[in-house]
Amino acid sequence: MNNEHAEVMEMHMPTEKIVGQTDLYSIKSSTVRTPDAMPRPIRVKAREVNVFYGSKQALFDVSIDVPERAVTAFIGPSGCGKSTFLRCFNRMNDTIEGSKVTGRIELDGADIYDGSIDVVELRARIGMVFQKPNPFPKSIYENVAYGPRIHGLASAKGDLDRIVETSLQKAGLWNEVKDRLHEPGTGLSGGQQQRLCIARAIAVSPEVILMDEPCSALDPIATAKVEELIDELRENYTIVIVTHSMQQAARVSQRTAMFHLGYLVEEGPTDKMFTNPEEKRTQDYITGRFG
Amino acid sequence: MNSLIVATLLLILIGFAYQVGWSRSRQVAPAGGRLHSRPNYHGARVAIWALVPALLILGLWAFFSDAASRAFVMAQLPSDVRAMGGSELAQALSRIEQIATGFGVVGEPAPYESAAGQALREFRNLAFALVVAAAAGTGALGLYLARRRIAPRLRARDEVERVVRYLLIACSVVAILTTIGIVASLLTEALRFFTFVSPIDFFFGTVWNPRFSTVGAGTGEYGLLPLLWGTVMIASIAMLVSLPIGLMTAVYLTQYARPNIRNAVKPVVEVLAGIPTIVYGFFALVTVGPFLAGIGDLVGLDIRATSALTAGIVMGIMIIPFISSLSDDIIRQVPRAMRDGSLGLGATQSETIRRVILPAALPGIVGAFLLAVSRAIGETMIVVLAAGNSPYLRLNPGEPVSTVTVTIVNQLTGDTDFASPQSLVAFALGLTLFLMTLILNVVALFIVRRYREQYE
Repeated sequence: MNNEHAEVMEMHMPTEKIVGQTDLYSIKSSTVRTPDAMPRPIRVKAREVNVFYGSKQALFDVSIDVPERAVTAFIGPSGCGKSTFLRCFNRMNDTIEGSKVTGRIELDGADIYDGSIDVVELRARIGMVFQKPNPFPKSIYENVAYGPRIHGLASAKGDLDRIVETSLQKAGLWNEVKDRLHEPGTGLSGGQQQRLCIARAIAVSPEVILMDEPCSALDPIATAKVEELIDELRENYTIVIVTHSMQQAARVSQRTAMFHLGYLVEEGPTDKMFTNPEEKRTQDYITGRFG
Repeated sequence: MNSLIVATLLLILIGFAYQVGWSRSRQVAPAGGRLHSRPNYHGARVAIWALVPALLILGLWAFFSDAASRAFVMAQLPSDVRAMGGSELAQALSRIEQIATGFGVVGEPAPYESAAGQALREFRNLAFALVVAAAAGTGALGLYLARRRIAPRLRARDEVERVVRYLLIACSVVAILTTIGIVASLLTEALRFFTFVSPIDFFFGTVWNPRFSTVGAGTGEYGLLPLLWGTVMIASIAMLVSLPIGLMTAVYLTQYARPNIRNAVKPVVEVLAGIPTIVYGFFALVTVGPFLAGIGDLVGLDIRATSALTAGIVMGIMIIPFISSLSDDIIRQVPRAMRDGSLGLGATQSETIRRVILPAALPGIVGAFLLAVSRAIGETMIVVLAAGNSPYLRLNPGEPVSTVTVTIVNQLTGDTDFASPQSLVAFALGLTLFLMTLILNVVALFIVRRYREQYE
């Protein structure tokens, strides 16, 4: 930590005892499943990652381990770099003009920024769900079939049908749309669209799914459905989710990382982060003192 | 001179009325209370009330002054001159007019002419003074009445807003009326043409041979099809050239080019749109035509220097910036989220463009295409110079053709008698052209509008 951060900490330093903590805990304990007891193998490993947009540095020396088949949540106030960091994992920052990433990010031990890595293949292994539901202006079926088609995952028409069906089932959308697969995906409700986007991501059988504030454009009921889905998906996928909502992080994640001003403040098991964080800034943010 | 005086008087009237309204509203403002409208609205309201009646009087005079002067002159003329009638009377009237305006006439004016001219001049001066006085009087009356109504609760702001709205409506009506006027004149003249030639012969005839009216009697043959075919062929060639090039330019500029390249390339492409079409025309005639003919020689094809191919290719080049800048706007309207969604699934950039961006932009691109087609159909200068002006039904694009626009030019240049079918056919052709572009524009607008709704 440098001086700048010490200052920020001072600014937000609470002098009295923490309030609101019990409320938060009650929300969490009522909805979340039992957290993992066993440590899981590491799937994605980031070391000293820096991101620059032009001359402006957005992320400073972030190192983190993402465990397999668990949900890791990135929290922090707006502009703290959590989305930027997430977009490093599937190299979506490459599409932004003037961006530069330094450091190492390993997927199963291989550096994804190495010259020999094929970005197309990487993005097939690390899927992404965006902040706003962004179905293509095509039918529901075509939306899900898009990925398998471009990657040649289905050789026969029947295979494609099967992939579409299982993906929609895994995304919990099958029963709602099975009778109208050929209607436009843009005609669905916001929550359904977001689950369609999740189905679209699942259809290419990724190993890791990145979610960039997937519920920020949804109402509470649709949010609850998507959260339920995320909880189910972690049986099979490694999930990294960026969220503004601390309750959401508490509800769906097993590990939480707190970002502030481009730095990783603290990272650890979600339970511990929300009940007994080491850093004052985490505590302040979680209890709603800033951000 | 007179109009300058009137304009000055009107400006003074407006300024004075505004001032009166403004200060009166301050006077009537209750102590400590508030006016409904701010003083500048009261000022504007009084100015409008003063200006409108004055303008009405002036407008009426402008409308009736000619008829009034004529009636006055006729009353001055000796009865034998009045009885002449026809062109002699008209000539006498115009001589008198010239004497009255001080322009002078050829030869010695007859005594009655001088007298009438003198009288007319006096009449006009008097009438002008009267009209200006009447305008000033009604303006002052309007001002007075408007001022009297000023009260704290008077809704001057609403009145002014209403007038502003009428003013805006009036302006847009001008454009609509002009269109209606053009269509009406096209229609009436075209109908006159159809009294000479039956519409069936015109629309379905395959021979175009109007013969010049000076050559002799006989109306000739007016088959539209050879011209329509030439138009369609050249427009098709133009679109074949411009659509792929324009679209790919737009894709490159929006998806691939870095900002500094984009900033350099885009203006250069748009310079193409600023080149006058006549310049394209002689570019086609002098450079492209002979070049194509030379290539034809090399490969053993008979391509003429002035042909549908030459005109079509050059017209296509002219339309490239039109297509590329319209498509550019449309492609940029496709949300970035679409692109990211596709890239995030591991699609390559060209897959993303082909499978997501272009399909999403397709309705807009079709709209742009149709607008470009209607431009190609209406284009004149390039085809006049480079298409060869040969109105025969020919399938080979290497042969010269003629188009609807070229034929209109041919029929209306030189000595024309607007009562002959040779000239009147131009209006029927113009009407055909107008209907074609109208339909294309309506379809294009319809498609573009549906596209806009998609992302809102």
